[in-house]
Amino acid sequence: MSSPYAKLPGWVEYGLIPLINLAVAFLVAGLVVLLVGENPLEAAYHLLNGAFGRGEYLGFTLYYATTFIFTGLAVAVAFHAGLFNIGGEGQAYVGGIGVALACLWLDQTMPWFVVFPLAILGSAFFGAAWAFLPGWLQAKRGSHIVITTIMFNFIASSLMVYLLTRVLKPLGSMAPQTRTFAEGGQLPKLDWLLAIFGLDIGTAPFNVSFLLALVAAFCVWLLIWRTKLGYEMRTMGHSPSAARYAGMSESRITVITMMISGALAGMMALNPIMGEQARMQLDFVQGAGFVGIAVALMGRSHPAGIIPAAVLFGMLYQGGAEISFEMPSISRDMIVIIQGLVILFAGALENMFRPAITRLFAMQGRRAAVVAQTKGA
Amino acid sequence: MDDIAIELRGIDKSFGPVHANKNINLKVRKGTIHGIIGENGAGKSTLMSILYGFYQADSGEILVDGKAVAIRDPNAAIAAGIGMVHQHFMLVENFTVLENIMLGAEDSQILNKGIAKARVELKRLEREYALEVDPDAVIEELPVGLQQRVEILKALYRRADILILDEPTGVLTPAEADHLFRVLEQLKSQGKTVILITHKLREIMAITDEVSVMRRGEMVATRTTAETSVEELAELMVGRRVLLRVEKGEAKPGDVKLAVEELTVKDGRGVTMVDNVSFNLRAGEIVGIAGVAGNGQSELLEAISGIRRAVSGSVLLNGKPIEVTGHADPSELRDRGLAHVPEDRHHVGLVLKFEECENAILGYHHDKRYLNGVFLNIDAIRKDAEQRIAEYDIRPPNPRLKTANFSGGNQQKIVLAREMERGPDVLIIGQPTRGVDVGAIEFIHKRIIEMRDQGMAVLLVSVELDEIRALSDRILVMFAGRVVGERNPDATEGELGLLMAGVEGRKEAAE
Ligand SMILES: Nc1ncnc2c1ncn2[C@@H]1O[C@H](COP(=O)(O)OP(=O)(O)OP(=O)(O)O)[C@@H](O)[C@H]1O
Ligand SMILES: [Mg+2]
Repeated sequence: MSSPYAKLPGWVEYGLIPLINLAVAFLVAGLVVLLVGENPLEAAYHLLNGAFGRGEYLGFTLYYATTFIFTGLAVAVAFHAGLFNIGGEGQAYVGGIGVALACLWLDQTMPWFVVFPLAILGSAFFGAAWAFLPGWLQAKRGSHIVITTIMFNFIASSLMVYLLTRVLKPLGSMAPQTRTFAEGGQLPKLDWLLAIFGLDIGTAPFNVSFLLALVAAFCVWLLIWRTKLGYEMRTMGHSPSAARYAGMSESRITVITMMISGALAGMMALNPIMGEQARMQLDFVQGAGFVGIAVALMGRSHPAGIIPAAVLFGMLYQGGAEISFEMPSISRDMIVIIQGLVILFAGALENMFRPAITRLFAMQGRRAAVVAQTKGA
Repeated sequence: MDDIAIELRGIDKSFGPVHANKNINLKVRKGTIHGIIGENGAGKSTLMSILYGFYQADSGEILVDGKAVAIRDPNAAIAAGIGMVHQHFMLVENFTVLENIMLGAEDSQILNKGIAKARVELKRLEREYALEVDPDAVIEELPVGLQQRVEILKALYRRADILILDEPTGVLTPAEADHLFRVLEQLKSQGKTVILITHKLREIMAITDEVSVMRRGEMVATRTTAETSVEELAELMVGRRVLLRVEKGEAKPGDVKLAVEELTVKDGRGVTMVDNVSFNLRAGEIVGIAGVAGNGQSELLEAISGIRRAVSGSVLLNGKPIEVTGHADPSELRDRGLAHVPEDRHHVGLVLKFEECENAILGYHHDKRYLNGVFLNIDAIRKDAEQRIAEYDIRPPNPRLKTANFSGGNQQKIVLAREMERGPDVLIIGQPTRGVDVGAIEFIHKRIIEMRDQGMAVLLVSVELDEIRALSDRILVMFAGRVVGERNPDATEGELGLLMAGVEGRKEAAE
């Protein structure tokens, strides 16, 4: 009686229900497309084709997915400890400083595989530092993390404008960005990975940070379900009073969890900065921190769910851009609406169809039992 | 009188491999109080959840007043005149009594009209069944006994003729329980039918007309209460003879293990809950703390075990101080030999969403046995859990099952096994047998006494006077935060009752 819903088989729980939610989201999105007088099937074609139709398109989709894996994992880690980290945006932004410093320092003298590890450490360090303060404020002062992380997003934004216009900008340049990095500050593309499947990556910036994202996903799984710290985090997330009883320090876990979360968000900066633009620009995060919340929600805060959810959102970003290109009456904003619908149905309303499906399965179960009985008789 | 209010025919229900209800047949006569008893995990709650539409039976039929009805959800159950009072109340904490009672049964779109009508109806129900509550009181400010009354009113407001109560007295003080029984008698005299699940055979004998016994998913017997005895029922439940009061030899108290000196504890609002309490606990003895719930026993346990900060006073564990007024660290206290079975297993002692084996290490997760560096040693954890499950007969014996899916009594055994099996010097234990069946009570009591005989010091808090008297070597009575008296276990119930009510105590303190 603890949960009003009976248990469903795994494939229904983690496969069928998300798929149904997704299908409904797309159906409603189709209606919206119809409303502005366009053909939803055509839009669907452009979406899918734009996301997967060519090696280059797929490369872009996976490039975006890489970003969202990092920010999705960041939100998920905090969530397991019962913390709602809305500050992925700011943590990723500040994480960029670590990447930029490593690249500016060594790009002309060292190869990428020397710069990359340093940039990873740098991004994780700066991201963690930016999340440390809200974590510490909650642990010691009781300031709610949702509020402080949102405020820290704004502070990060101002800080970065200052740095990019006054400090990190090369002399004489007009643009608020660092100088372009030499070869040592650019990550190799994963063209060979797509080539295995006979695809040509073209100009897509799909790069080795994708592999790092997969490694990070595995490490998060290890952390949450296989380490003592993860055990403590989950205990606190489910029941703070049980954590206190067990002698776990709430403030210590809060601070450490937030730093891990911030480090993951910070590592997101590697992908656009070293993987695509070879420089740090203003606003390079572009809302990925917030998309991470949707990705974590959809992926049920489990790495195995976050990766496909991130690919889905990568597809929406890349394919959505394609739609607005091919069908001018569907603007960028429409794409945002579609993304919103996906979040709505897959995240916020994820339980909408569950009772009906549960009943369907219960009925089927009964029928099976009856059949078994009559056979037995 | 011989009308059947509810008939269950061939109800069957499995949860995966667990066969919770096996071909259950049951007839409940109209206008009677029908008890259902059975061991932990026998399937009582499951059966009632099927009747109330929370679960669907795999097969079988439900007849209400002789007519077959399909109860697909609680709404259908309410429509069929069935109401349920849950063990864990389902009330909106910050709503008033009236708002809670109306919730989901608002008669009119215009709330004001509905409220006025509901108020009138509520008054009528209160009068008819002697169920006074202030309709404008906010739920969270009411004691549990009154909250339960609201649940009953809620069911009656929805015109329930049949009322199911699942372990209603587990959370009540004896006085509150008495009042509940008077209400149930009243309902019965008005022609309502009551189904009562409880582990307390005394209650069954006192109030029911008939009683049905379940064992391992089966309905094994139905008896007319007047023609049976506590011993027979206990034997039917467990399938063997049960010692209702375990044998216990003389205590051989040794060194002082826990010394509490002038301890004072306040709650969050600054109200003094424990007032200048001092006592000693020696190795090899069981000290029981009796008292009506809410007289400071909970806060005393929490302060000693390092969960709640005390205002003043000191506690020595094995002669060394516990920082009760500072940052006592519960895990350090565990290392120093203090184990704690908390009163509230659902929110404190267990994480219901964890697998059983994850709960089996809660608080002991620093133990090197369970770790490989920073990683958990899953194999060792599961192996230990399996061993505990076997020793304590925890059912079903699956360390990977989610804790919420164990029945209440088995959840309690998970906590007890974890805290007792490491052989601590001092065991503090709150409500050890709340919601636990007679067979398991016998087991737990024997175990506690065994531990005492091996030299463990046990501090026991229980609202069950029977339990205190059966186990304790010395009884301290708490009233309004103070220890108002110390008695031997052969003190009469009446004597202890007066102390607990604060009557005797005041005289004694004055002398
Ligand atoms: N949702 C569920 N999923 C899996 N197993 C369950 C679930 N609910 C109950 N069970 C199992 O079904 C059996 C019967 O449980 P039930 O709660 O009905 O027992 P009970 O007689 O009420 O016991 P108690 O007196 O301890 O409350 C138990 O073995 C329990 O573990
Ligand atoms: Mg039960």
